[in-house]
Amino acid sequence: MLTTVMLCGVGGQGTILAADLLAKVAAAEGLEVKLSEVHGMSQRGGSVDTVVKYGDELFSPVTDPGMVDHMVAFELMEAMRRIHYVRPDGRMLVNPRAIQPLPVLTGDLPAPHGMQAILEEEGAIFIDADLLACEAGSPKSANVVLMGALSWGLPFALETWNDVIASRVPPKTIEANLNAFQLGRAACQKGECAR
Amino acid sequence: MGRILLSGNESVAQGAWEAGAVVGVGYPGTPSTETLAHFARLPDVYAEWASNEKVALEVAAGVSLAGGRVLVAMKHVGLNVASDPLLTLAYTGVRGGLVILVADDPGMHSSQNEQDSHNYAAFARVPMLDPCDSAEAMAFTREAFGLSERFDVPVLVRSTVRVSHAKSLVEPGSRAVPDDQPAYKTNPAKWVMMPAMAKQRRLDLDRRIDELTAFSRETTLNRAEYRDTSLGVVCSGVTYLHVREALPDASVLKLGLSFPVSPDLISEFAEKVDRLVVVEEADGFLGRTLLAMGFSLDSVPLPTSGELTPGSIRQAFGFEPPPLREADTSMPPRPPLMCPGCPHRPVFNALRKLRAVVTGDIGCYTLGALRPLAAMDSCVCMGASISMAHGAELAGGMGDRPIVAVIGDSTFAHTGVNGLISSVYNAGTSTVAILDNRITAMTGHQGNPVNGITLQKRPSHEVDLIALCKALGIERVRVVDPHDLEAAEDALREEVTHEEMSVIIFKAPCALLVKDKGDPYAVDEEACTKCGLCIKLGCPAIGKNEQTSKAYIDTAVCVGCGQCVQVCRYGAIVHSGPACDLGGV
Ligand SMILES: Cc1ncc(C[n+]2csc(CCOP(=O)(O)OP(=O)(O)O)c2C)c(N)n1
Repeated sequence: MLTTVMLCGVGGQGTILAADLLAKVAAAEGLEVKLSEVHGMSQRGGSVDTVVKYGDELFSPVTDPGMVDHMVAFELMEAMRRIHYVRPDGRMLVNPRAIQPLPVLTGDLPAPHGMQAILEEEGAIFIDADLLACEAGSPKSANVVLMGALSWGLPFALETWNDVIASRVPPKTIEANLNAFQLGRAACQKGECAR
Repeated sequence: MGRILLSGNESVAQGAWEAGAVVGVGYPGTPSTETLAHFARLPDVYAEWASNEKVALEVAAGVSLAGGRVLVAMKHVGLNVASDPLLTLAYTGVRGGLVILVADDPGMHSSQNEQDSHNYAAFARVPMLDPCDSAEAMAFTREAFGLSERFDVPVLVRSTVRVSHAKSLVEPGSRAVPDDQPAYKTNPAKWVMMPAMAKQRRLDLDRRIDELTAFSRETTLNRAEYRDTSLGVVCSGVTYLHVREALPDASVLKLGLSFPVSPDLISEFAEKVDRLVVVEEADGFLGRTLLAMGFSLDSVPLPTSGELTPGSIRQAFGFEPPPLREADTSMPPRPPLMCPGCPHRPVFNALRKLRAVVTGDIGCYTLGALRPLAAMDSCVCMGASISMAHGAELAGGMGDRPIVAVIGDSTFAHTGVNGLISSVYNAGTSTVAILDNRITAMTGHQGNPVNGITLQKRPSHEVDLIALCKALGIERVRVVDPHDLEAAEDALREEVTHEEMSVIIFKAPCALLVKDKGDPYAVDEEACTKCGLCIKLGCPAIGKNEQTSKAYIDTAVCVGCGQCVQVCRYGAIVHSGPACDLGGV
């Protein structure tokens, strides 16, 4: 069995750390894992994605349209941009926030509208990660909120997640991050039950 | 130690450490940078950033001459800069093992071009190893040191973004420092490459390549995997992994040593399969190699540029794509941008107002070419800005528009200073702006000679740019704080009118280095006249309200740098309350 997860967002939103958490959890649970990311230019506020694959045997670190089992989008436009990557029966978790790209901010291009409705129709579950992160006590933990949401429905023990998070985030922020994770997980459980 | 998750770059560093490399040297460049950064953190090694890749390889040549094993790391275009020593080091060969990690960027995620470094292996005639993942990156690099000494030649380890920046599980081993070399003896026939000696070493290189070709036949670096023999694929590097996923039944010849390749190795594989196909990214190097050997290849319509994926390979072999959701192509693009508070921004704002023709260079400031700043006319390779400005002036200038060269601190130390020496020597009259943001920002904040921060935090000192320029013979040199918009504009305006060489050093730390953020600003809607001047700064914190056309500031993004306050003529940008207001979207 091969599982493919795509994390996408805007450079600087913490997709790389989030992907690292997931990869470490899968590894800690004894699976093979591969993670592929892009550094450099795009990290300066550009459109970014990171792919994590895990399973018993795996080869390529990258993925293709139609092959992603779980997409976690940190931003609405980035979710829309990659919607065709998600399998028709795949899961989409979306932070319902828009970060306007520069061409929109400057008025060169119109801001896209109705994204949430389209994504909802495609079966997305919305997790307001920024809000939950503030609630958890650290506005910077939105990426961990989203990992909490992703964890609901993945076959990994809660304890493994908590251990990996505690070992990976700055010591002073462990509690806020564990809170953030819990809030995200609960929100996804609620969201999926509502469907 | 058990298995840990490491990137390809980290694994190359680990492999070099295990092989007993004592020195690591390189110049940052995506996707190679973490290799040396990781090596520098390992015990009992010395590591340094050189000012450029040519220097790095020459330092490594010195380590090798003195008998030490040395790792060099750079991106593909870095090897262009280092190609001069490389092509002759192939002749001299090595004493201590010399291994060069060269990281290619097919698809140009973070580069100015796409080159296949295999060509350098063939050009310089040095062996190239092609790992496909982290485990191989570690094992191949370890082996590369032994090969370098055994065959008396520098060895290239080639990676690509999907090796360098992919992480997978590896089992690190322990360090085995090789025995000391026999005592050093001066050996001009091997190391002094003047014609008489070079002619001999040229012949000797042929012999070494012949031996390596024979070795390519027997080494386990290369591996033939026989499955269904109706299709045989030849590939190397990460492409092997894509092929395994795309065509699980195909037989595969995986070339871990992609140069030189023994024709016998290919024959043996070719004879056992019905259809022989080469699958490779971007350049066609392996395909040309096999065709030149006389093999007949079946071709499939693979993309001729960019990266491959399992899906693109399946498509080339005629498989149907999986069921797909409809793609949405209506989203606005999201190009990278200068951070809020970036000290580069005011310089480009001023250059735009001056209608300057800007010969640019490579770094975060290249983003000044994008709208709305749109104030850069060229970007070719590191260091080109200053020489191109000189050339443009030699051609008689650019009409009534002033010409300004813009270059970052790290890029200036890399190869910009060479252009500056040449321009001054030839009585050039250019205006040069050195954007000294105290760091090599684009590649993730490395030290460089201008800020004097070294890789392993050893004490050093900063280049005194003013004294340097003066010593070259430039009279008009000044330092300006770019956050003072008026001063920045005035300095440029004044210097472009002078008929002599001038250098303006715009000195202010990268916004990401500034820990104390100011309170965010907000727009006073009453006072805003929709003039759009603040929007033209291209700050990601400032937007134009679609309904009212007035400006707004996202307080969660604003770092309070105050640049926009200075462009607003109506006093409409004012201090606001604290950040983290997460109201509606
Ligand atoms: C020959 C070569 N080596 C390395 C690189 C990678 N690279 C791109 S920009 C850059 C450094 C830019 O630093 P600096 O000039 O200080 O500008 P900043 O990003 O700080 O604005 C490097 C190393 C390259 N493009 N070409």
